[in-house]
Amino acid sequence: MASRDLAQYALFLILVALATVPVGRYLERVFTGDAGLLERALGPLERRIYRLMGVDPRAGMGWKEQAWAFILAGLAGTAGLFALLLVQRWLPGPPSGNYLATPMTWDLALNTAVSFATGTTWQAYSGETTLRHAVQMVGMVTQGFLAGGTGLALGMACIRGFASRKETPELGNFWSDLVRGVLYLLLPLALLLALALVGQGTVMCFRDHLALTPLRGGSQLLALGPAAALEAIKNLGTNGGGFFAANGAHPLANPTPLTNFLGMLAIVVVPAGLTHTFGRMTRRRDAGWVLFAVMTLLFTLGLGGLHLAETARSAALPAAIASGPNLEGKEVRFGLAQTVLAGVATSNGACGSSAAQPGSFSPLGGGVLLFNMLLGEVAYGGLGTGLVGMLMAAVIAVFLGGLMIGRSPEYLGKAVRAKEVRLAIGYALIMPFTVLVLAAVAVSTGAGRAGLSSNPGTRQFTEVVFAYASCAANNGQAMAGLSANSPFWNLTTALAMLLGRFGTATLAFALAGALSCQRRRPRSAGSMPVGSPLFGGLLFFTVIVVTGLSFLPVLVLGPVAECLSMK
Amino acid sequence: MNPQVRPALIAFLALSVLTGVAYPLVLGGLAWMAFPDQAAGSLLRKDGRVVGSRLIGQGFTGPGDFWGRPSATVGPDAGPLPYDAANSGGSGLSPGNPGLRRAVEARVAALRLADPEQPGPIPVDLITASGSGLDPHISPDAARYQVHRVARARGLREAQVQALVRRETEGPQLGILGDARVNVLELNLALDAIQGK
Repeated sequence: MASRDLAQYALFLILVALATVPVGRYLERVFTGDAGLLERALGPLERRIYRLMGVDPRAGMGWKEQAWAFILAGLAGTAGLFALLLVQRWLPGPPSGNYLATPMTWDLALNTAVSFATGTTWQAYSGETTLRHAVQMVGMVTQGFLAGGTGLALGMACIRGFASRKETPELGNFWSDLVRGVLYLLLPLALLLALALVGQGTVMCFRDHLALTPLRGGSQLLALGPAAALEAIKNLGTNGGGFFAANGAHPLANPTPLTNFLGMLAIVVVPAGLTHTFGRMTRRRDAGWVLFAVMTLLFTLGLGGLHLAETARSAALPAAIASGPNLEGKEVRFGLAQTVLAGVATSNGACGSSAAQPGSFSPLGGGVLLFNMLLGEVAYGGLGTGLVGMLMAAVIAVFLGGLMIGRSPEYLGKAVRAKEVRLAIGYALIMPFTVLVLAAVAVSTGAGRAGLSSNPGTRQFTEVVFAYASCAANNGQAMAGLSANSPFWNLTTALAMLLGRFGTATLAFALAGALSCQRRRPRSAGSMPVGSPLFGGLLFFTVIVVTGLSFLPVLVLGPVAECLSMK
Repeated sequence: MNPQVRPALIAFLALSVLTGVAYPLVLGGLAWMAFPDQAAGSLLRKDGRVVGSRLIGQGFTGPGDFWGRPSATVGPDAGPLPYDAANSGGSGLSPGNPGLRRAVEARVAALRLADPEQPGPIPVDLITASGSGLDPHISPDAARYQVHRVARARGLREAQVQALVRRETEGPQLGILGDARVNVLELNLALDAIQGK
């Protein structure tokens, strides 16, 4: 039993490691050259889109233009989806209006629009009681590609900033990166993955809810729809918002252990491959591998922590029963290993598509998910954004290292001066600022506490912090004890999502622009050994300490206190 | 006007057409050709009538049926409606919640009452609600736990029912992924079949 769990974790990590070089190489080709066969087929379409946009794909853009493009693409998505959600009641097509029991209030529409346009896909609604199939497709699926693609474009702009050899303010062309990322990576992969999912049982049809008479009589209303289209891109684009309310736990969305495993690979493989793209484009593959190794270490520790926490015997279960993990909120087909894998991959991967209900996880198990999100999702992380977060930590790490050994800090031949450090620290502070301030407001106001209902004491505090961490980290998973569909929660979580998406991205673009304007100094005996295991260790501790010190109090008040109170 | 506004709007519109309309329609067509049953929701028919989806559990309660897991789904009137496949979800109850402990104790009592002669330990999945509320599976242990009751109610030999459970047990996928499991609806259909119902 336990050995097969271990084998599943090992198989996953091995496949990710094996995919990193080919994926990293392919990404470099997509964004700097020629995507091969796909480009032959889709090149005319690509050029047509540029003509419609009125952009020259070869024209470089500085960091401010890039940041504007990133923000405006997000706002266009928000506005479009907001409008679509407000009119969806009057749109034709299944499911019938009488099945759509959740009213689409303006605050829920705004929250949902911001949520999907920022790649958070926090869902204060249930898919099957709220949305028409047409909105799931034109609204949610489109945002999956748009938010995933813009995140990837952000990642590529940052890589170019670190990799530039000459002094240039240009970080490539944002629109070209977006269009090429969608056409040559996300769209073909999503189509393949979605077909594989359907083969395993994920539903993909356009019909209304089906009222049927179960085997022993009575009635059952079966929600169906084009789920596979969304399920594939929600993982590839690291968005996470599922077709059904139960998301990755729903058997018509995630029907077998294999679909779960493929979905988790889809979350991790591209962000992991980007570390190799980084290594290739900076011509320092060793530095790329150090980032990969630190990510893998963080990911593996998360697997171990969550596995141990969820194996421990639960206080809720009386002694009369067989030993075993607490299966409240979990699915039999996944067992412990696939549940843990999904928990760690989604909480690290800016992707809320959990295969179980995190709200029923043990205190420390929920704490592991929370910690992963508070780290800023750097263990492979979101599409593009995971690498950016790790590079920000690397800048802080060389700064700390430089202070310790009394040498002027530099990373890959680029000096880390006061300006760069300020930007990286600002990036690192957005998360604690957003989460701690909003959580304090929520627990000290009646409107905030009104969302807390079912669970006792310290768990409620964890649920609040979890919600804001999930939104600020653009993750989207939630502990179900919190009823978040109220104006207070819809608006404050939307604010957290906006800060977590556009605040961090603007600082990352600015840092990339500042680095790009520096000439790259050749390697010398005085260079910092950023491709060494020693630097990997420093980076690991930087990630843990910067986060740990910011969030230690809330982690103690939430998960740790709850765990101690249960003994 | 900021020069990035036009490309941003076009990017949104172009992706809406390409990924919001073309991609799902092409996928729907391919899925319908390659996997028509799965794409339509893996519906199961008996005597020509749809009796459920292979992937969606049903709330069996009769003594002659295998029972699935408890379900925490909520109906349209906000009251409990187990296995409501139009409103999926789990309980959201934390392990320390006294409500969860009470629910578990009530489920244990109900199982003991249904079969007082079955003294064995009760498998965890039979007393905890699933994440989706629609879990179609139980563990092989949970099926074996119910064999005595089902065999007696149906007038079958225990060995016969035991053999059927073994036949209906799916191992880990590809020999490694996930856990062994039994599909409750299919198991009950198989039971009906051997009795010619």
